[in-house]
Amino acid sequence: MTLIIPVIILAALFTVLGGVLVIAERFLVNYGECTVDINESERVLKVEGGQTLLSALYESKIFIPSACGGKGSCGHCKITVLSGGGPVLPTETPYLTRQEVRSSVRLACQVKIREDVKTKIPEELLNVKLFSASVKSTRDVTHDIKEIRFALHDPATITQRPGQYVQIEAPSPEGPVFRAYSISSPFYEDDSVELNVRFVPGGIGSTYLHGLNVGDPVRFTGPYGEFRLSEEEDAEIICVGGGCGMAPMKNIIFSIYERWPDRSCWLFFGCRTTADVFYLDEYNELARKHPNFHVVYALSNPQDSPDPWNGETGFIHLSVDKHLEPDRKRQAFLCGPPPMIEAVTDVLTQKGLADEDIFYDKF
Amino acid sequence: MTNTHVMIIVVAAIFTNNILLSNFLGMCSFLACSKQLDTAVGLGSAVTFVMTATTILNYAIYHWLLVPLKSEHLAFIVFIAVIAAFVQFVEMFVERFSPKLYHALGIFLPLITVNCAILGASLFMVNRSYTFIQSAGFGLGAGLGWALAIVLIAGLRQKMVYSNVPRPFAGVAITMVVTGIMAMAFMGFAGMVSIQ
Repeated sequence: MTLIIPVIILAALFTVLGGVLVIAERFLVNYGECTVDINESERVLKVEGGQTLLSALYESKIFIPSACGGKGSCGHCKITVLSGGGPVLPTETPYLTRQEVRSSVRLACQVKIREDVKTKIPEELLNVKLFSASVKSTRDVTHDIKEIRFALHDPATITQRPGQYVQIEAPSPEGPVFRAYSISSPFYEDDSVELNVRFVPGGIGSTYLHGLNVGDPVRFTGPYGEFRLSEEEDAEIICVGGGCGMAPMKNIIFSIYERWPDRSCWLFFGCRTTADVFYLDEYNELARKHPNFHVVYALSNPQDSPDPWNGETGFIHLSVDKHLEPDRKRQAFLCGPPPMIEAVTDVLTQKGLADEDIFYDKF
Repeated sequence: MTNTHVMIIVVAAIFTNNILLSNFLGMCSFLACSKQLDTAVGLGSAVTFVMTATTILNYAIYHWLLVPLKSEHLAFIVFIAVIAAFVQFVEMFVERFSPKLYHALGIFLPLITVNCAILGASLFMVNRSYTFIQSAGFGLGAGLGWALAIVLIAGLRQKMVYSNVPRPFAGVAITMVVTGIMAMAFMGFAGMVSIQ
């Protein structure tokens, strides 16, 4: 008896508390159906309230870029919410500038739909599509970087600007997440998408991509990205990459020489040792065909190299500083780790480049 | 204890027997959530609300359920369960009606569940054998006292940002020193009224 009474008391009490919570949830967390108005009634979506704007748009096949899968940790899913978004949340402020807050830019993954929402989404993002594709080929280009090529099925072709990226859907224990990878194949190969993927131990996206075999199905959304190659042929193009930040450069360079065979272009690429060097033969081949193309690879730790190296050494921004003459009409594309981007941006600014001519991808 | 007026208990719980400054309960969220005045006001009011409501609920459950069934030894687990369920409810409520406060409080809203000041208030109520009205007054007073303390320290910390704190003391250390001084200042209220 002394045992049974406490058990009964606790069981009864917990059941009552649980019941009260279930009832409260039914009344408090029920927002009914709301509408999402895009670009002044260009499209009006009817969605279930209570979910985030990002997932509501995703369900309606509007793919806002997001790398973290809606956790509010990448800051990519910025869109303008004109009304119905509620106050800007503390989880968003680290990713928004004061100007963006004033012009009601929000992170779509943090805006919960509680009432009818009016948004403005750039035309470009409305054109982003969901692609289903399959693995056409894979190739190890270094000990930890794989070149993976997808054949597109539906839609069968992609229209991309050099330097744009796609978001690969990777399975994870908490449902699918999206990981951004730059397209390394040039625009004229429009029936396929090629990526350079570095294996990151424990990384969800790279583990998934490295485990793919030829013929495996994949899904991704795209293309995204602000990289905008100058159409003026006399503007010299500077590409600076580090580590595995090669994909957008390869895309840009091969696209340039398809359209402007005599355009001037520099590629600077920083690696640690010869084990990390890749695509150098392809670029040397290209440089032989197009004399205005210059390739500089530099090793930061040449003493650890397994193979002999008689190219440049040192950090890549020093090579950039050494080779470029100041004050020329230029456009620069940077891709690599943040310290490299900062160092190279400083050098390029000293060489007379304006901020709006420097595009970068930090990772 | 049965003859102390409820107003005296409320005043005493706020000033002379402040649950934070004299019992040093609920220090975790006190230290972590007191950088901004508006967050402190939000958390303080959430704690006041939860403390008042759970003290009343726990009084009812303790005296009308556990005592008749001679199961007073279940008080701890029952109190915690009631507090946890109630905080869940408050969380839903705050998210619905003030998403900004919900996100500002972040993890500390669910953490009110394990705020020892809340459990402490319920246990004091049993220990000091308060009546129903006295318990409600004590819960309200203890909550207001806690809120007063966190609002005061948040105000001080906002000013302290501009002062030249020696580096080893910066952050939580200086906050604890200031809390100690504030507790001493509150001792000036001692003798005004007294509950034990």
